[in-house]
Amino acid sequence: MAKVKGDIFVDIEKCKGCELCLVACPQDSLALSDKINKKGYHYMVRIKDNCTGCINCALVCPEGIIKVYRKVGKKKEHVATVSNVTKDMTMEVN
Amino acid sequence: MSENTQLEIEEQNFLEEDICVKENLVFDRTQALTDVEMHYCPGCGHGVAHRIIMEVVDEMGIQDKTIGVAPVGCSVFAYNYMNIDMQEAAHGRASAVATGIKRVLPDKFVFSYQGDGDLAAIGTGETVHTVNRGENILIVFINNAVYGMTSGQMAPTTLEGMVTTTSPYGRDPKIMGYPLKIADLIAPLPGAYYVTRQAVNNAGNVRKAKKAIQKSFEYQKLNKGLCFVEIVSNCPSNWKMTPVESNKFVEEKLFPFYPLGDIKVPKEIK
Amino acid sequence: MPEVRLMKGNEALAEAAIRAGCDAYFGYPITPQSEVLEYLSREVPKKSNMVVLQAESEIASINMIYGAAGAGKRAMTTSSSPGISLMQEGLSYIASAELPCLVVNVNRGGPGLGTIQPAQGDYFQATKGGGHGDYKLIVLAPSSVQEMADHVRLGFEFADKYRNPVMILSDGAIGQMMEKVELFDQLPRDMVKKPWATTGKAKNRERNIITSLHIDPYDMEKINLRLQEKYKQIMENEVRYQSFQIDDVEYLLVAYGLSARICQKVVEIGREKGIKLGLIRPITLFPFPWNIIRSVSERVKGILDVELNSGQMVEDVRLAVEGRAQVKFYGRMGGVIPSPEEIFENFEKEFLKGEAL
Repeated sequence: MAKVKGDIFVDIEKCKGCELCLVACPQDSLALSDKINKKGYHYMVRIKDNCTGCINCALVCPEGIIKVYRKVGKKKEHVATVSNVTKDMTMEVN
Repeated sequence: MSENTQLEIEEQNFLEEDICVKENLVFDRTQALTDVEMHYCPGCGHGVAHRIIMEVVDEMGIQDKTIGVAPVGCSVFAYNYMNIDMQEAAHGRASAVATGIKRVLPDKFVFSYQGDGDLAAIGTGETVHTVNRGENILIVFINNAVYGMTSGQMAPTTLEGMVTTTSPYGRDPKIMGYPLKIADLIAPLPGAYYVTRQAVNNAGNVRKAKKAIQKSFEYQKLNKGLCFVEIVSNCPSNWKMTPVESNKFVEEKLFPFYPLGDIKVPKEIK
Repeated sequence: MPEVRLMKGNEALAEAAIRAGCDAYFGYPITPQSEVLEYLSREVPKKSNMVVLQAESEIASINMIYGAAGAGKRAMTTSSSPGISLMQEGLSYIASAELPCLVVNVNRGGPGLGTIQPAQGDYFQATKGGGHGDYKLIVLAPSSVQEMADHVRLGFEFADKYRNPVMILSDGAIGQMMEKVELFDQLPRDMVKKPWATTGKAKNRERNIITSLHIDPYDMEKINLRLQEKYKQIMENEVRYQSFQIDDVEYLLVAYGLSARICQKVVEIGREKGIKLGLIRPITLFPFPWNIIRSVSERVKGILDVELNSGQMVEDVRLAVEGRAQVKFYGRMGGVIPSPEEIFENFEKEFLKGEAL
């Protein structure tokens, strides 16, 4: 499998430091920053570079403030563009 | 200019090249949610429930055809977050309000979003009869076994022995009755087309809960009748736990009494 | 030539609902007004796709009204005293959210389960607000089968004009009696545009929210100020009453609904005996006809308020009169209906004290 690299972008001012994303991340690459945001919450930051863009953190985030990016390595030719993964979760009902 | 720059660089481990660019975006906040910051306590399941409903509304392209009803409870401010036409209902009466809307606007998608006190205590009559009429709406039922907004009183779904501000020595069924499995109570009613119990305590369950909501809206489009999606959820503040602990409590204590899974699935779909 | 029929008050009201372009009726059986739901259940399927639904309780039906009205449709419910009491919370929400709708109370004897006989003991509840908070219903008081029909159209017009709940305060007798009624022609549905309604957030507009929740007190006060301003407008523009022989009146009777019918006879009895009686019949109980009563009170020797209760509207009469004339009250309760002679005897006792004998 081509090396998949992912990253996240967090709207840290809206994070409430609930830590649910920390336990949801299979790569254990998230933690709470020592710093606090305007509301006084320690916000979440990515502290390792092993993110695979699996979107678990974004799924469990009650504030809906995590954007997830995923880049499939160039070695393999382009297999599929994943425009918006939430799309292929649509299910056909017969 | 990638979107990631305004963070102090030393906060984020600098990757050789920047992943956070438009074409790599695989998950973003649905535009069917407003960008108003939610008032829910840190780690509360309401936020996730709101999001997956709005994601489904967004993906099905029915934002201009969906009307939500949120009654009194923590989610009374849902209309500040859901970017659709909404009505705020009196405590316990959301399914009656939703009935009124659906009957006069039969081609619109209508859902009510209710807590356990609202749906299974004061609103039990409305719940049972709305289901019994097979109203072609979706009822999303957030079961966190406590009255959240009024800060922690016992709810109809509070477990035996569970401590709340009105069962300070633990719920005693001899005095306060037994926890009510409302989903199982209404499932046998012929009007109930699809009844399921979901959760949002981990990524896997969030995916399943979203699928259940999606199915419900699809069934509503096909005029199949009343869909009932219960979401067993947490209440960190009133349970006096951290969000992570509260999700463990959901798993260890609530799931055994409120088992997840479909309670009533339409025959022809099976 | 308008259609003329001999109909029961309740059925005339039901037929008028269909003709007034009502979109949805939600109701619950309770004597003495179950005929409305029965009539609609029988007649609507033949000629209209108006929604007619029997709810599981009056609480459910008033909240269905909230939903349907909030969705921009003409919605109506009917009930009688105990059922109307169950609707009070809903009415407060509806008034606060400014939703147009029509609620009919076919008043019966109370309090409690009371009786099914006609009564007027719900006057305070209707006009002063039986629910919580400062709000007003526009209250119409029919005194004939004709008005049972006409007040439905008028009620919906007021409701839409002011985005306000309207109550028709009738009673068991007027609901059950049969009289000739001229029925207005069918009006089209969706006559009034309601851009504020929750019909689904079209792409070109912000979402519509129907709510009565304004957690910030200053916002809540703004809502209240807006409501009070509206009620002021209503008081200035929508007062309706009927008067009988008040040009040369010496003693004025004030009565509404069934009591007013009886008092017309009392006026006749008095006039035959050379006593110049007159009658003012409020048609709108809110807005109350203060001005006419005040002006007439300056030229009469006394006023007798007649009601089927312990004396409720009499307080509003006294407020209008403010001491300019003596205001007395005569009433029967529990559903007992006084005869004209009985009322006249009391009038003589109160005012004439053997003068005319």
